[in-house]
Amino acid sequence: MLLKLKDAVRLYGHYLSINIRSAMQYKTSFFLTALGQFLVSFNVFLGIYFMFRRFSAVEGFTYSEVLLCFSVVLLEFSMAEMFARGFDLFPEMVRTGSFDQVLVRPRNEILQVLGSKFEITRIGRMLQAVVMFWYGVSHSGVDWNFPKIATVIFMLIGGCAVFSGLFLIYAALCFFTLEGLEFMNVLTDGAREYGRYPVSIYGKKMLLVTTFLIPYALVQYYPLLYLLEKDSRPFLIFVPLLAVWFLLPSYALWRFGVRHYQSSGS
Amino acid sequence: MKKYLSFFRLRFTMGLQYRTAALAGMVTQFAWGFLEIMVFQAFYQAQAEAFPMTMSATASYVWMQQAFLALFATWMMENDIFDTIVSGNISYSLCRPVRIYNMWFSQSTATRVARAVLRCFPILIVAAFLPEPYRIAKPASAWHFGLFLITLILGLLVTVAFSMLIYVFTFFTVSPQGVRIVFTSMVDFFAGAIIPLPFFPADWQRVLELLPFASMQNVPLRIYSGSMSGAEMKKAVVLQLVWLVVLVTFGSWLGRMAEKKVTIQGG
Repeated sequence: MLLKLKDAVRLYGHYLSINIRSAMQYKTSFFLTALGQFLVSFNVFLGIYFMFRRFSAVEGFTYSEVLLCFSVVLLEFSMAEMFARGFDLFPEMVRTGSFDQVLVRPRNEILQVLGSKFEITRIGRMLQAVVMFWYGVSHSGVDWNFPKIATVIFMLIGGCAVFSGLFLIYAALCFFTLEGLEFMNVLTDGAREYGRYPVSIYGKKMLLVTTFLIPYALVQYYPLLYLLEKDSRPFLIFVPLLAVWFLLPSYALWRFGVRHYQSSGS
Repeated sequence: MKKYLSFFRLRFTMGLQYRTAALAGMVTQFAWGFLEIMVFQAFYQAQAEAFPMTMSATASYVWMQQAFLALFATWMMENDIFDTIVSGNISYSLCRPVRIYNMWFSQSTATRVARAVLRCFPILIVAAFLPEPYRIAKPASAWHFGLFLITLILGLLVTVAFSMLIYVFTFFTVSPQGVRIVFTSMVDFFAGAIIPLPFFPADWQRVLELLPFASMQNVPLRIYSGSMSGAEMKKAVVLQLVWLVVLVTFGSWLGRMAEKKVTIQGG
């Protein structure tokens, strides 16, 4: 089991190095795109900044508190994206039939799909997320102690799992629709954009949906309450880890899709 | 002129073919519209006195923005055009007795109009029947509505004229990626696509309203929702015309330069 895992990591590393080398053939384009990615998510931050120049608080959250929320969500998303955005190109693989090649190889399909194309330029967004995270954490005014640091780490793990699960669902649905569903962007990119504010500002119903259906609130709202000392019940520290369960139904849907895959293309 | 009108017609009918894509896009835009209004609503409830527009004007702004997204979104560019430059197929167009600038101008206008025509009506109709605070308001007056339509067209032309600059720059840089992302994220922000311009601090707003970006979606959307005074509207329309002339003149001059020096890529 362990040996298999080590082997998988080595293969993934190999895929990664191939992709980096191919991206480096176009150096200027690479750096410009990375810079662009860096700037794009900066817009959202500026949006928050200017809104709070005018308003002092929303739903009881101040600027620095919203900033912490935004920066954590952004890092959760960027980590998942670095790792799992390869699923974005999956519709293309299904349509052209190149998924057949993947199936006949004696390796895990997910690993191969993820390795097939690795958008290395996303490094710009990742860099921006790290900078934002550092800024958000240092300006949050939170009194950091061990449980709070653990909470943030759990939030990152849980959030990464939720977003990866969503990317996986996006890919799995392609087995049935043969094309990428634009609507899924609302759940991934939309969650990144609108996840900048704590879920509670979208009302009770939204809070329920994001607690039980797609567990954004578990990696954002509830642990945030603990971090900001709005709610000091210690179980909130571990709530983000519950979100990891979201990977199970996503994976099940993927397996179901693979089993029902009918080759298309030529 | 006639040949460019037929380029427009061709692209327009082509754009109308993508109905499934339009439907999927509409569903997405509804979701974005709702979330956007929820955010503004939360700020409104927190501090109504700091709100620069009325809540109903903000809702109208958001729905109009979603309905006409295809007219103003700079990130929706013609990938065909980039492809012809990068692949070298541009040589065919250069052989034709047309001005590349004018041809692309009419084509991208047509694509945007076709996309918007497919999407705007369902969005606007549904938005008109939503409960408060989500409902889109009626235009302030018939006069406002007329002016809205005129500035909508002017705004579209300014947007296209601006995106033409990006196409022309691609002649010099070959890879469109970088220039494109930097430009589009800048436009998005300064045009009021992230937050409407009235939400910026007053000194920022004064400067931003003079820039070409403010002549895009900002003017028609705010005239519709009635959040501009008479003098402001007059100034905004004049600015739109000025920027349109400046951008088109600069763009077509740059285009001619590029045509002279063009390197055909590929083989």
